[in-house]
Amino acid sequence: MTILTETKDGPLVLSPDQVEEIGRALDELRARVVADLGERDREYIYDIIKAQRGFEIAGRGLMYLGFLPPFWLAGVAALSVSKILDNMEIGHNVMHGQYDWMREPGLNSRVFEWDNVCPGDQWKHSHNYMHHTYTNIHGRDRDIGYGVLRIDEGQDWNPYYLGNPVYAFLLMVFFEWGVMLHDLEADNIVKGKRSWSDLKPLIKGQLRKSGRQVLKDYVAFPLLTGPLFLSTLAGNATANLVRNVWAYSIIFCGHFPSGVQTFTEEETAEETRGEWYVRQMLGSANISGSPLFHIMSGNLSHQIEHHLFPDLPANRYPQIAPEVRALCEKFGLPYNTGPLGKQIGSVWAKIFQLALPPRVQESRLAKFLPAALRKQPTSGVIVMRQQSPTEAGV
Amino acid sequence: MVALLDLVQTLTTPHPVDRYLELVRPMLTVRDMRARIISVDRSVPGTISLSLRPTRQWDGLRAGQFLQLGVVIEGVRHLRCYSPVNSQHDRRRRLDLTLRVHPHGLVSRYLHEHARPGMIVDLEPASGVFHLPDHRPARVLLISGGSGITPVLSMLRTLVDEGYSGDVVFLHYARSPELVPHHAELAEIAAAHPNIAVEMRYPERDGRGFDHDELVRVAPWFAEAQTYLCGPPPLMESVRDVYSGADLSERLHTEEFVASTVAVDSAEVDGTTTFSASGVTAENAGASLLEQAEGAGLRPEFGCRMGICFSCTSVRRSGCTRNLRTGELEADPDQPIQLCVQAAVGDVDIEI
Ligand code: FES
Repeated sequence: MTILTETKDGPLVLSPDQVEEIGRALDELRARVVADLGERDREYIYDIIKAQRGFEIAGRGLMYLGFLPPFWLAGVAALSVSKILDNMEIGHNVMHGQYDWMREPGLNSRVFEWDNVCPGDQWKHSHNYMHHTYTNIHGRDRDIGYGVLRIDEGQDWNPYYLGNPVYAFLLMVFFEWGVMLHDLEADNIVKGKRSWSDLKPLIKGQLRKSGRQVLKDYVAFPLLTGPLFLSTLAGNATANLVRNVWAYSIIFCGHFPSGVQTFTEEETAEETRGEWYVRQMLGSANISGSPLFHIMSGNLSHQIEHHLFPDLPANRYPQIAPEVRALCEKFGLPYNTGPLGKQIGSVWAKIFQLALPPRVQESRLAKFLPAALRKQPTSGVIVMRQQSPTEAGV
Repeated sequence: MVALLDLVQTLTTPHPVDRYLELVRPMLTVRDMRARIISVDRSVPGTISLSLRPTRQWDGLRAGQFLQLGVVIEGVRHLRCYSPVNSQHDRRRRLDLTLRVHPHGLVSRYLHEHARPGMIVDLEPASGVFHLPDHRPARVLLISGGSGITPVLSMLRTLVDEGYSGDVVFLHYARSPELVPHHAELAEIAAAHPNIAVEMRYPERDGRGFDHDELVRVAPWFAEAQTYLCGPPPLMESVRDVYSGADLSERLHTEEFVASTVAVDSAEVDGTTTFSASGVTAENAGASLLEQAEGAGLRPEFGCRMGICFSCTSVRRSGCTRNLRTGELEADPDQPIQLCVQAAVGDVDIEI
């Protein structure tokens, strides 16, 4: 495989040898981190768990003073932080098997469950397997638009997509429910690619898991605050909403800002290890920020590092990021990163742009569109395989 | 109580209650069992004796059984099997362990260096079929070597507590008297009970290994007795030979203690992999265990086939495997491993 990247100084060619060299460098980096795992990583994850439990207990407790608005707000804030930590820095990472090496039954990817309506085993299938193995491959990675959105030009437009921003907004608000339904692949049922009988066990699991979550947040805890039932109910619902909006925003910044690349099945057939790594780097994007911001995003702000090494403890990503970045620079590969505002802004711009039929954007009408809806210049990344160039740029 | 626990469980869902309690006080658990070390004795060279107080979930053991103890070393929790030396009638809610410190034994060395009163360890319930039968036999012969003394000492103490009146012979092999744990107690038991004989042998000093003549000398009635044997492999072998020669194999009950470190050559791929849950076996060919299982007609769950999704995780019951990505060898029993990036080295048992 040869990779051509349009850079400031013109096109860049990566020879197959160079790709393999990148692969070796990353394998070596991984081995170094694995050899160094130990007490420090254990302390880190337990510190995060302690913090999460602390915020949770504080949040639940503050709801007893929920009749006073400042306390209600503080309770919602504490509970939101607790849920964000639980889902992102703890749940997402533990269920990736990042802490399996600790042999701690409570932190093992096979049994761990998170504070989210989506059952862990279904999420592990759609995320760890489908998404991480086939990152950004059209037709394989169902995270490209989640079967609901048009988020990449490689998806054919149809009138349904006029509602793109609405779907995106609803997905943001009800994110945990969207994540739960993801593994059902409902769009494939509509298309007749999947039968209802495949769904039975999945739906059963979802009812079980979401039932318990709903019972806890919307019945048991509100009842325990007696006359404050409604205020606690509203508080818990708000905390879930805050977590949804936050998780959605961070996750959408991981693969959908401008500059990330998607691939076709032909391009990626029979990939070498080095090519797999390069695809992960071209298909993900980081968010820059403070250490606290990285923790609150579950280190998914280091999406590039996460996609290269999904099973390494996330607290190591900040440490290896400079090396990954230097490697990208050495070979002229883009290292897509930027502050949250810039990344999320470009995601939303894309959601709006792609709602419109490509015809409109290419027509003379285009100049009357607001700037954010105008077609952006593509990043010019071309992937060549077997000497026959195919456009795969964004 | 149960209703209250259910309510608490609803409130902490999806995390088990213990995941909260352990952060406050590790010994305050609802389901998980733990133990606190209450005393440590290093007076016998190469051996460490620990007394533990288990949490209330502990529901006792049958003399001869083992339990698993877990400690965290460099961030990793390691479990090892040990046989308590307690009588099964010990009502003190206390477990006494005596373990030999292996030069390469990760856990025993760690405990030797770091165990101190107050330290908390993980505990799994007692298990194992090596124990005295409920209906006590008329005569009992206990044979042990080295640290194999622990389960049979538990049996002896149990019989003493019961005022057992049949004949008991306790035959133990060691390198020297100083290396025998609980030496004084054994002598006391023998002195106080005419029906109990304690025989110590130091083959390196007195040249008396185990053979048929020795067996006849110490327990002429061995053919009518039930014999319980635990010790290093050479001793186990000679006793087994004598018993099978006398056609008494079913009166001989044994407990292997497998050394925790397996020295293997990573280049060696010979051996057989047993997929124990499906009763299928396959000759090793150096391929990943996932491919090997599929080659043998099994359909284990998988996803990425490259070690990132953890769909193929299954338990390695025993044997050694090599990580195809790092080349590292691992041989801890009962560990979950990723089949797609592990290959068998020597005989391996995988639970699929
Ligand atoms: S199949 Fe994905 S880790 Fe083995």
